[in-house]
This record gives sequence, C-alpha cells and structure tokens, in this order.
Amino acid sequence: MMFRRTLLASAALGLGLAFGGAAAAAGMDKVKACFVYVGPIGDGGWTFQHDQGRLDAMAEFGDKLETMYQESVPEGADAERVLTQMALSGCNIVFTTSFGYMDPTNTVAAKFPNVKFEHATGYKRDHANVSTYDARFYEGRAVIGHIAGKMTKSNKIGYIGSFPIPEVIQGINSYFLHARKVNPDVELSVVWAYTWFDPAKEADAAKALIEQGVDVIAAHTDSTAPLAEAQKAGNVVGFGQASDMAAYKPSPRVASIIDNWGPYYIKRIGALLDGTYEQTASWAGMPEGEVVIGEITEAVPADVKAEAEAMIAAITDGSYHPFTGPIKKQDGSDWLKEGEVADDGTLAGMMFYVEGIKGDIPK
Amino acid sequence: MIRLEKRPTPSRFWVAATPLIAVVLTMIAGGIMFAILGKNPFDAIRIIFWDPLFDPNMSAYSRPQLLVKAAPLILIAIGLSLGFRAGIWNIGAEGQYIIGAICGAAVGLAFYPAAGWYIFPLMVIAGALGGFLWAMIPAMLRTFFNTSEILVSLLLVYVAQALLAAMALGRLRNPEGGGFPGSRNLAQYPAASNPELFAGTGIHWGVVAAFIAVIAAYVMLQRHILGFNIKLTGQAPRAARFSGVSPVALVLICMGTSGALAGLAGMFEVAGPSGKISIDFASGYGFTAIIVAFLGRLNPIGILLAGLLMALTYIGGELAQFMLGLPKASIQAFQGMLLFFLLALDLLSNYRPRLVKREGA
Repeated sequence: MMFRRTLLASAALGLGLAFGGAAAAAGMDKVKACFVYVGPIGDGGWTFQHDQGRLDAMAEFGDKLETMYQESVPEGADAERVLTQMALSGCNIVFTTSFGYMDPTNTVAAKFPNVKFEHATGYKRDHANVSTYDARFYEGRAVIGHIAGKMTKSNKIGYIGSFPIPEVIQGINSYFLHARKVNPDVELSVVWAYTWFDPAKEADAAKALIEQGVDVIAAHTDSTAPLAEAQKAGNVVGFGQASDMAAYKPSPRVASIIDNWGPYYIKRIGALLDGTYEQTASWAGMPEGEVVIGEITEAVPADVKAEAEAMIAAITDGSYHPFTGPIKKQDGSDWLKEGEVADDGTLAGMMFYVEGIKGDIPK
Repeated sequence: MIRLEKRPTPSRFWVAATPLIAVVLTMIAGGIMFAILGKNPFDAIRIIFWDPLFDPNMSAYSRPQLLVKAAPLILIAIGLSLGFRAGIWNIGAEGQYIIGAICGAAVGLAFYPAAGWYIFPLMVIAGALGGFLWAMIPAMLRTFFNTSEILVSLLLVYVAQALLAAMALGRLRNPEGGGFPGSRNLAQYPAASNPELFAGTGIHWGVVAAFIAVIAAYVMLQRHILGFNIKLTGQAPRAARFSGVSPVALVLICMGTSGALAGLAGMFEVAGPSGKISIDFASGYGFTAIIVAFLGRLNPIGILLAGLLMALTYIGGELAQFMLGLPKASIQAFQGMLLFFLLALDLLSNYRPRLVKREGA
C-alpha cells in the first residue's frame, strides 16, 4: 500500500526519482534535522527566517525532532565539508539554505543515499535523495512594487540585486511591472551587490541609488543596511526583505516581504517521521503561507494600503498571477498575450527584463 | 614584583614547551568561555581536539580533511618563513595565492574541454609563475626604490581581490553557470583537476607539494649556503654584508620563493578542494599562514605541526559549532586565544622572570 502510493507519486515526478520515493517509505520515531546557513542568524533577514522555520519545527515536533545548524558557511569548498560532517554525525535530513550550496549539496548527497537533502532555491536534483524548495517571492514583489509606484515622488525607484540569477530577475520584473502599472512615469535603477549578506556593500548600493535620486528602495540582499541608509537619507522609504525588519517601522520600512519557511519545514520533517517523504521540487507562495506581506504601516496612504491588500487577497485565492499578459520583453518582443499567465518553466529560467527596464542583465 | 631578565640564548626548554602550555591554557580559557555560553566545556574541547582525530564516525573523513586544510597553510608558511628569517616581510601572500589561482585556473580553462596530460603541469607552472610575478612587484620596488615591502605586498592583496572578483564576473565566468558568478568547476574537468591521489586519504598534489617544501626548506636551512646566508642576514645583517651576501639578491630570492609557493597553493586549491574561481575564493589562507609560520617558530618541522594544529582548530571548531550550537564568533575567539597565549608565553623563551623584593626607598 505504502509502496504503491510512493510509486504512483514518484511516477509523476519522473522515472529517475522512483527509487528515492521507495527508499523513504518507512517512518521514523525520531528525526535529526540539520540546517546550513549562509549568513549569521543575527542577519535579521534571510538566515534569521530560516532559523525561525527551524524553531517552528522544533515547537511542532517536540521530542521527536532534534536539530543542529551551522551559520556563516561559505558557498565553496567549506560547504562540502560541513555537509559531509553533518551527514556523518547522524543527520537524517539536511536543509541547505542558499543557492550557492547547489553543487556541494548534490555532491555530498551522492555519498549518503540514506540522508535526505533539501536545497533552497536551486534547480539541481541529481540524486533521488535531493529535493529542492523555493518560494514565489515575486508574488510579494508585486505588492511592494505597487506600493513603490504609488509612494515615489521622484518617480525613481531602486532595486539592490544580489546575483543576476532567475530568482532575482523575477523579483525585479515583478516589482517594476506593478510600479509601472500604477505610475507610468516610474523609472527603475538596479544595482548589483554580488553578495547575499554584506552590510557594508549593501549600504554602498543603497547610497548609490539615493544619490541618483531614488526614493523607494527594494533589496534582494539579506541585511537591514539598506533600510538604515534610507533612514539616514530621511525622505527615502524601503521594505523589509526576507524578514519583517520591524525595527524600521513605520518608516522607512513601510511594508515587508516575509519568508515563512516554518510550514515547509514542518511538512517535510513530518513526512519523514510518518514515512510519506518523497522527492519534490516545491515552489510555494502566498496561498501556502510561505510568502507573507508584513504590516503595511501608516506611512502608506489608506487607499494604497487597501489596493495592496486587495492584491494580496487576489494572489492568495489564485485569481491573480503577477505575470499576467500583455507583457513585452525589454527588446519590445511579445512575451505574454492579453490574459496569458507565465508558466513556471519560463519563470524558473527567467533571464530577461520586461519592457521599460533600462540597462542590461550582467552576462 | 616580577622582573624580566633577558636570557643570553633562548631557552631550549621554553621554545619546546610554550606551544604545549599555550594549548593547555587555551583549553582552560576557552572552556570558561564555552561554559559562560551555557555549553559543557569538556564536550566542546573534546569535539574540537579529539573528535576530528579519533571519533569513530567522524575521523575517517576528518583526518584527511586536516591535510586538505593544512596543505595550503604549510606551503605558504614555508615560503614566508625564509623571508621572515632574513627580515624580509612578505605580508601579501594572500594576494600571491589569489593570483596563482587565477593564472592556474585561466590556463586550465583555456584548454577546456580538451584532454591532455600536459594541461595540469602547465597550470602548476602558471600558478607558481603568477604568484612569483605578483611578489616581484614589492620585491622590485624595495630593491630599486627602497619602498616598504610590508605595505606594498599588503596593499596588493586588495588589488588581487578586485582582480579575482572581476575574473569571477567576467573573463573566467562559467558560460553555462546560469548568470551566477564563478568559473567552471575545474574539479569536474579531469585534465585540469587536482584530485585526491589515494582514495580516502585527502592527499592531493598540494599536500605532496607541501611535504616536499618542508623537506626542501629543512635541507636548505641546515645544509645549503643559501640557508646559512638567510639566517645570517636575519641575525647579523652587517656581518652578512661583509661576508659577501647580496641583500638585493636575497630580497628577490625570498620574495620570489614565497610568492611562487603561495601561487602554487592557490593553484592547487582552485583545481582541487575549491574547484572554481569565485568572488569568495580567497579564504584568508595567506594571512593565516603568517600565524602558522610564527607558531612553527619559522622552523620547517614546526610549521608542519603548526599547520596541522591550525587545521585541527578549523575542522574541530566547525564540528563544535553544529554539534553544540556554538556561534561562529566563539570559535574565532578560541583560535585567537591560542595565538594570544602562544605569543605571550614566547616571552619566556627569551626572558627569564625573576621574583625580586621591592627595595625600600
């Protein structure tokens, strides 16, 4: 019965994954889950939220779950060693929470077929015991883009990009599309920081944007440094990124995109405990509660707040997709026809800007 | 009151004993720190020093990793120790390490995807040459313009880091990398990779090179006239000059050797454990090697042991972090304590503490 269910499910995932599904069929009494973080837990952003997810899972499972974590693991040779040591020390499932762990995760997974590996935001699942999970951050970007378009006075909005990879490009496009929709004069400047977490670099990027006259800043990096710069500048607003960053309320932080990993971690660890664990490629968003918009503060006019809340409701109930046509690419060619919705495959490999964004994606 | 009296010659006993006492004191002070953090200090010390070597689950993997982590430290430190003995201060080994890696990787990537036995040897030469030339900049400036090689070599590290970022984002970027900075993975390109030579031992060509460097440096310092000249210049520069040692030649030889060895270390790292040129490829080996060189008393055998000890605190420190949930900063503080106690106790090899009664005024 169990065997058949996993076989059916894995057939849907593709032939190569069938063995992993079958191997996971037996339940467990106790699970040891391990987490690899790219920054310090105290970053107040990305890593902090993953650690909140870990704590949520601990609260959920109590004695049945033991967790270990390591923070500030560089995305290179050291990551492979940390992963191997975790697998050797008896972890049943290892969550690797940054894109740059993609290759090390798959390399180490090959050596430990009985340990489950879950890689955040990647696309490589080379072995049956590697799953990937990601969140539809672009849904949140649509909401803050709308707010940005309404809030800017200079009609110049900014975006601090981390790395030019599809996940970040999706965010930039979604942010810009929804700002343009409510403000046809809006111009977007993108600065690439080439880091996930480096408060000094992030602050420099924010400063550069502010000097160009940008008065609304969104960031795809992990620290609160851009908000601190916005606060210094005075008339600039921004958004909490990955975490609520409530310390900067009510302004410059006027809203936030919160990554809420708890539900996913609880689901996966729970599946391992009751024997229903299967290889997946998860991409959840607002409907599943993985992407949450934090409190929209009183610095935002009431009508704009109401519109933003209506958009959140529409995305959550599935009636609105942030990438709904007509949308043209930057070069003017058609991408989505009137009413057409972007498919996940295109989004996952998105390496083009939409019409109206100036500048090139670094190649 | 304690008075320090300079010893006529360094105490042999204290030279040998200080590293061991420093380790013990570090365990005590570190243990207190871990206890304050709410962790069992005995567990923490055991995990850092014992488990990587002897834990039945861990050691089979950790022991080889010690060699992987120690090899670049030893290779760089051996080169630095030659100059340090002669009073030539190459502080920029990190930069030479980076340039060696860039040159080695660039040669390997230029051949991609060709196969050929000659590719890896060419990369080795390119790595050594890159580090050598990068070290020649401060060396030449010192010999011709009398600039400080300390400042020039150190500042060139930041130039090298900027070059590294430019390469990871530009010329050496993996065209199939999905927009992410960083080169192709050399470890997955057989002709250019620096693999584990014997399965499960961690030994790659960089480890072999480190051992060769230790032996060569030992023989040279004991038996060769160059080694004698280096030691002489450090201890009595005027005497060295009278005996016909050319200071210019010595600067070029010491800087060049340390640059070439640092370049080699970078090249072996990029082709092996790291695999690729990326923005954060440089992990501070060049700076840590300075510590290793002094920890090892500028002695080749000492450097070998110091490199292994340093690697142990890295690997054991990582284990302790996730086994006990210790913050990373506490491990860095622990490593800092080790150096602090070592340097503090070093005083005892050159000075004798004496209790003296305060004389009445």
